Amino acid sequence: MGAVLRIEGLAKGFTLHNQGGLRLPVLAGVQFAVDAGECVVITGASGCGKSSLLRTVYANYAASGGRVLVRHDGAWVDMAAAPPRMVMAVRRATLGYVSQFLRVIPRVPALDVVAEPLIADGVPAGEARDRAAAMLARLNLPQRLWSLPPATFSGGEQQRVNIARGFVRAYPVLLLDEPTASLDAENRAAVVRLIDEARERGAAILGIFHDAEVRAQLATRSVNLETFRAPA
Amino acid sequence: MPAPDPPLLQVRNLAKAYGAIAACRGISFDLWPGEVLGVVGESGSGKTTLLACVSGQLPPDGGQVLYAPDGAAPVDVLAMPEPDRRRLLRSEWGFVHQNPRDGLRMGVSGGANVGERLMAAAGWRHYGRIRAAALDWMARVEIDRTRIDDPPATYSGGMQQRLQIARNLVTHPRIVFMDEPTGGLDVSVQARLLDLLRALVRAEGVAVVVVTHDLAVARLLADRLLVMRDGVVVESGLTDQVLDDPQHPYTQLLVSSVLQV
Repeated sequence: MGAVLRIEGLAKGFTLHNQGGLRLPVLAGVQFAVDAGECVVITGASGCGKSSLLRTVYANYAASGGRVLVRHDGAWVDMAAAPPRMVMAVRRATLGYVSQFLRVIPRVPALDVVAEPLIADGVPAGEARDRAAAMLARLNLPQRLWSLPPATFSGGEQQRVNIARGFVRAYPVLLLDEPTASLDAENRAAVVRLIDEARERGAAILGIFHDAEVRAQLATRSVNLETFRAPA
Repeated sequence: MPAPDPPLLQVRNLAKAYGAIAACRGISFDLWPGEVLGVVGESGSGKTTLLACVSGQLPPDGGQVLYAPDGAAPVDVLAMPEPDRRRLLRSEWGFVHQNPRDGLRMGVSGGANVGERLMAAAGWRHYGRIRAAALDWMARVEIDRTRIDDPPATYSGGMQQRLQIARNLVTHPRIVFMDEPTGGLDVSVQARLLDLLRALVRAEGVAVVVVTHDLAVARLLADRLLVMRDGVVVESGLTDQVLDDPQHPYTQLLVSSVLQV
């Protein structure tokens, strides 16, 4: 199967205008591709920009240079240059992202948080809630929590809501930032199965996993981010 | 690439000055159907003036506001005859004021506030149907239906704001302009209103331009943001990108000034 995500000469830096214009280079010359059905694990020392890379691919951060090409609707879209509405369309249908932390919305129950990406994609509300419930059940989130907003949940419970939201829809490309970080062994195993199934159905996965065991179970290939650092 | 669907609203080079002070200069943006556009900035940045000009409430000094419903040929709202513009504002457009008293008629009942827009805009005449629609909308904005005959002066601030939203949405407008819709409310009441707004905007597929100084409100409601300072747009883009990776010095200052709780 061919590439569905191509990162070409990607650079990312921050300019802190209120700190005297301090420049913080984070990524430079990052170049690799991910095929459908691959799980590529990003490695490198803490602070080398792994999370920043995922955020830049998702266009949550603005790239400073280079391209992030995502195969969307039969064409390549450059997430680093696409207008906002195009980025939203790619996120809705093609590119999923599970961050390290859930951003909770006041008053919205866990079940609706998970069903939201489906409803946004046009799935009828009833079916969306059924699929969200099935996903929460798979991740062992107690049913009594489904109707509650996740603000008061434990870290592990919030993270499972977050993962359910990322996996409720079969995105062709998935970005995973430490999805198993705050989970116990049983729930970690459930998430590993979920990720493996997504890969087997042909999803391209790009992820950060600190846990060596999880990494060994999931990775079909790894990319060390430090090898791309441009000479200072 | 998707079909190039045309924007519903195109604002071009809008300008408005109060004497020597330029409240808005050279402002241009597009709004697509079903999209929520947030306008953020501090007091005095010109965001409320922009909203008033774009929504036809305040004549600007220059620029165009082109409205094109259903892919029709764009019409410049600012050049429309006054009666046509008033009809548009009552039917296909809505305006939610920060203070519900500016958007409601305080002397008539809650139900009449919702119903009279149906009569004025959609020409409804059948009392039973109007009352049923008003009751339905009171329920959708979570107002107890037994309060339908009470005047809004007897409602709480949060209820008044929800009633104002019902009054605007009852005619299924294509665009609703909102000026600090959660501004005067307690935090718990704000959360409820925001949640309700999110759900209603999505269910109705209405396009929204919402002005707010509250970045948390902008993050929850808006797909895209315009950041204004001193009457100009200094930065624009996807909401989460503007807030998580702001590029302009002023946006960086705004984002870094938010208190964490």
